[in-house]
Amino acid sequence: MKFSINVLGAPYSSQASLSALRFADAVRSTGHEVYRVFFYHDGVYNGNSLMTAPQDELDLNARWAKFALQHQVELVVCIASSLRRGMLDKAEADRYEKHSHSLSSEFTVSGLGQLIDASLQSDRTVIFSS
Amino acid sequence: MKKLLFVQDKSPHGSIAGQEGLDAILMGSAFADCTVLLLEDGIYQVLDGQQPSSLGTKNYSVTYKALFDYGVKHIFCSETDLQERDLKTDDLLITVEPQSDDQIKKLFVDHDVILSF
Repeated sequence: MKFSINVLGAPYSSQASLSALRFADAVRSTGHEVYRVFFYHDGVYNGNSLMTAPQDELDLNARWAKFALQHQVELVVCIASSLRRGMLDKAEADRYEKHSHSLSSEFTVSGLGQLIDASLQSDRTVIFSS
Repeated sequence: MKKLLFVQDKSPHGSIAGQEGLDAILMGSAFADCTVLLLEDGIYQVLDGQQPSSLGTKNYSVTYKALFDYGVKHIFCSETDLQERDLKTDDLLITVEPQSDDQIKKLFVDHDVILSF
């Protein structure tokens, strides 16, 4: 079965991100497909490359990146949500003349069309809200 | 074509959920058959006469008026939610169709994808 995952909750502040990650792992380990992970609302903070977790805690940004590389799954952050919250990749930072960028390279900035496309293409869309 | 049900269940301005949810509805209506359900405090999203400028937030409620132009056929709410909040459809900015609890259950069954924010 083909799943898409929408993450709406900020990392650590809510359990949404961790639950979504564990769900994504479970989908893959049971032989199913993750079509896309779409980060919306405060979920876009999962893409924060400056995230620095204590050594004995899970680094959610790194774990998402590892999941994406391992399974070749797209991690998409909503551009409107991201810009509002200061989650910019290099191209957006340059466009808006910001002094630095904050989004990990494993995450892609794109529009809400990706959320709708994922919902239409997948057998199931699972939302992890805060 | 898949049928999408967008559920808005939070009041406006207290969080950005409604505003970002509305953005998703606008995008969805460009690609798919979309229905909107305003549930619980979500009904306040379309309360007429909002003046949030004093809060420093945008009065995005007027954008709900454009949904029909974007191809959204129905915007539903719960008649129970209206009663509990002492609201009438005349208090609302747009035409919203009140539904019974059973009709709302049917909406969830009849749609392929349910998106809430």
